[in-house]
Amino acid sequence: MAEDGARAGAAVRGFGGVAVRIGEGLRAYGLIVAMWVRSTLAYRTSFLLTALGHFAATGLDFLAILLMFSHITALGGFTLPEVAFLYGTSSAALGLADLALGSMDRLGSRVRDGTMDVLLVRPVPVFAQVAADRFALRRLGRITQAALVLGWSLTRVEVAWTPGKVLLVPLMVLCGAVIFAAVFTVGAAFQFVAQDAAEVQNSFTYGGSTLLQYPPTVFAKDLVRGVTFIVPLAFVNWLPALRLLGRDDPLGLPGWVDFLGPVVAALMCGVAGLAWRTGLRNYRSTGS
Amino acid sequence: MRVGTRDTAPGARRQEEPDGTGRREEHGFIELDGVEKVFHVRRKAGRLRRVREEVRAVDGISFSVPRGAMVGYIGPNGAGKSTTVKMLTGILVPSGGRLRVAGIDPARERTRLARRVGVVFGQRTTLWWDLPLKDSYELVRRMYRVPEAAYRRNLERCVELLDLGPLLPVPVRQLSLGQRMRGDIAAALLHDPEVLYLDEPTIGLDVISKAKVRGFLREVNAERGTTVLLTTHDLTDIEQLCRRVMVIDHGRLVYDGGLDGLHAVGRSERTLVVDLERELPPIEGVPGARTVKVEGPRQWLAFPAAQSAAPVVSAVAERYPLVDLSVREPDIEDVISRMYAGSTAP
Amino acid sequence: MLYAAVAAGSFRRYATYRIATASGVFTNTVFGFIIAYTYTALWTARPHLGGYDLPQALTYAWTGQALLAATGLLTGGGMDELQERIRNGDIAVDLHRPADLQLWWLAADLGRAAFQLIGRGLLPMAVGTLAFPSALPASAVTWLLFLVSVALGVVVGFALRYLVALTSFWLLDGAGVSLVAMLLCMFCSGMVLPLNVFPGAFGEVVRLLPWSSMLQVPADVLLGVHDGTGAALALAFQAGWAAVLLAAGRLLQSVATRKVVVQGG
Repeated sequence: MAEDGARAGAAVRGFGGVAVRIGEGLRAYGLIVAMWVRSTLAYRTSFLLTALGHFAATGLDFLAILLMFSHITALGGFTLPEVAFLYGTSSAALGLADLALGSMDRLGSRVRDGTMDVLLVRPVPVFAQVAADRFALRRLGRITQAALVLGWSLTRVEVAWTPGKVLLVPLMVLCGAVIFAAVFTVGAAFQFVAQDAAEVQNSFTYGGSTLLQYPPTVFAKDLVRGVTFIVPLAFVNWLPALRLLGRDDPLGLPGWVDFLGPVVAALMCGVAGLAWRTGLRNYRSTGS
Repeated sequence: MRVGTRDTAPGARRQEEPDGTGRREEHGFIELDGVEKVFHVRRKAGRLRRVREEVRAVDGISFSVPRGAMVGYIGPNGAGKSTTVKMLTGILVPSGGRLRVAGIDPARERTRLARRVGVVFGQRTTLWWDLPLKDSYELVRRMYRVPEAAYRRNLERCVELLDLGPLLPVPVRQLSLGQRMRGDIAAALLHDPEVLYLDEPTIGLDVISKAKVRGFLREVNAERGTTVLLTTHDLTDIEQLCRRVMVIDHGRLVYDGGLDGLHAVGRSERTLVVDLERELPPIEGVPGARTVKVEGPRQWLAFPAAQSAAPVVSAVAERYPLVDLSVREPDIEDVISRMYAGSTAP
Repeated sequence: MLYAAVAAGSFRRYATYRIATASGVFTNTVFGFIIAYTYTALWTARPHLGGYDLPQALTYAWTGQALLAATGLLTGGGMDELQERIRNGDIAVDLHRPADLQLWWLAADLGRAAFQLIGRGLLPMAVGTLAFPSALPASAVTWLLFLVSVALGVVVGFALRYLVALTSFWLLDGAGVSLVAMLLCMFCSGMVLPLNVFPGAFGEVVRLLPWSSMLQVPADVLLGVHDGTGAALALAFQAGWAAVLLAAGRLLQSVATRKVVVQGG
């Protein structure tokens, strides 16, 4: 009876409880991030150099695209500014997700060396701690580089801009970042089970972003279907970008699908949340 | 540390935080009743076949620790010590039995309990590896929402007693093991926890660091009434800190009582190692001691752990040309294996 | 022999990371697909770009994925470990061993590369060959030359990473140097795009740098771009860089060792 009472109480507290936990999590995330930023800025030169390196490293992808376009005028029917637009949106979305929780792929090694336990004895949500761990400001390098390419492409693509279309650009980057963040989280949750599987996650994050940098017309239909319906990366930039650039969707989906980005992002967050809970529960009952 | 009697500090806090589960603290501060933890592991059997095997890491443990006690929790490697501590902190969910710390079920309310608990894992740090010690503490303060005044008082006390002053600006990864351990212990106490779990707090430390850590723990327990559960391999830790000791082996509690009782039960022995001037036949005629090993000029004499070493030393020194000597404490594995031998003997 | 044992030990050690290997294979395959499709688009628009036909370009793409782990194009190989030992001072212990530091690590790296060539290279290559047109050679001699070329590429890669690792003797934070080294390696090895697609004099220079030994040269050997003497020249080019870089490593090592001895570790 007492157990039942407690359970009912918990249910009533449910929504408030979730809100409180999210608040707590954000606060803890902020605390840890602030600490890392402060310690990074203590070594200003080192920070500037690594940020610059990150900027250059991520720029290599674009350099490859430029080299390709030194031989051709269109790739898969897309001009350089159009490909640059795809590149900019995809890379910016990944960059934001990477900045926010890019260290999550270290979860497996944390489980292996036992430092996961340390996170579990602190009075703040584990997710916030894992996400903020080793917060690296140098990842702004990727975002800066992507923003530059995106900015350049916006001045060159042939689009009849309306307020709605202008708004669509930041919205797709934001939704894309959330989708990538969800993928990061699912990948991390998977490492509760398979600790050495960090690289699988890279296929979907870095690999996914590379995929989205090129026009969908380049790839086989089945691959495009896969990233639309199974791992819905196509909603990061492909579908809204095709609409913006006035291109036909190779899968011939109805037009309203192009605007589903926010819905897909929300769904992905739900999936990620479930995966994370399952992973953590598995850890707490098996103790790895 | 909060300087005051043990009634004011933690007692007052208990009033502020009524127990959410509706249960009052019952008999003890830490209560275990038939707690079990079963792991399933896959083991290779043959080339491709794998069998699922059940490992009972903790197999029905019950004990109760009153508030303010300092208890040793010992046992051989893999006996289930760490698993128990992990269940007490809510890291692991028990497979069976009932477990309460301060009236809270750790598995269900892990984060709430975390504010009232301090944990020191001997092997791995709870500090942030790349940050200076000071920054780690600052982060702990904010995470646990420790009031500024209490934080400053606690930190000052820790810095003084554990000699942390020169270490505060040093990144944790550059600290030696002993320094890091002291840093870790301080971090676990900044938020005035009511209970402190220490997992091998003196492992790998030099003699001076060990003494410092032990002195500090004694003081924390006496002054603040912090309940301490100490897991260790070093019997000296137990001897100097705990009046009560629990022994776990193969997931079961095999002894719970005073340390003297443990020695008596185990009939454990200490060893006097003497270096003589030259090779001599085995030493004889020392009351209460017998020579167990001879290697060149070095000889080993065993005597009951409960007995003082002084008469043995003087008896040897009187009749033999003594160059150097040392006393070795019985180690836990040894004590426990003797205990078994004692209990199974007819 | 000591170094053979070190190599074998390293091989076995990497062989125990099964899930890591499997997830690496998965990632290499995914990237292989992405790159193969973009190359298909590029070579369809510009057939015979850089002297390759489409099947050759695709085989180049998959060779890149197959060699990625073995030649340590993206990761530090085992060199992170050396860097860590230098930083925490354990290197002093290594220097007192009755073994040559450079040879020891080279042996370990060869063992690692051998495993990663088999464990992480074969499967993506097979998948790529099945899923796309390919230009794999039928002649056993070409395959043999390819293996020699890969081995030399691994040595060049090791020699470069060894030099980078040794900078840790002087630099407190080696992250910057490692990053620059990785960038050069990615770009100049031909991982980003085949080097024969690089335009003009810039392309000429990049093709002469040591990094081309790590992917471009082995891939060209496999694709049969060189005839008999051409292949021999290609291997000599790699061997030359390997010798020069290993010698540079020795030189830097002796300077570093003197520093350690003077400072007493």
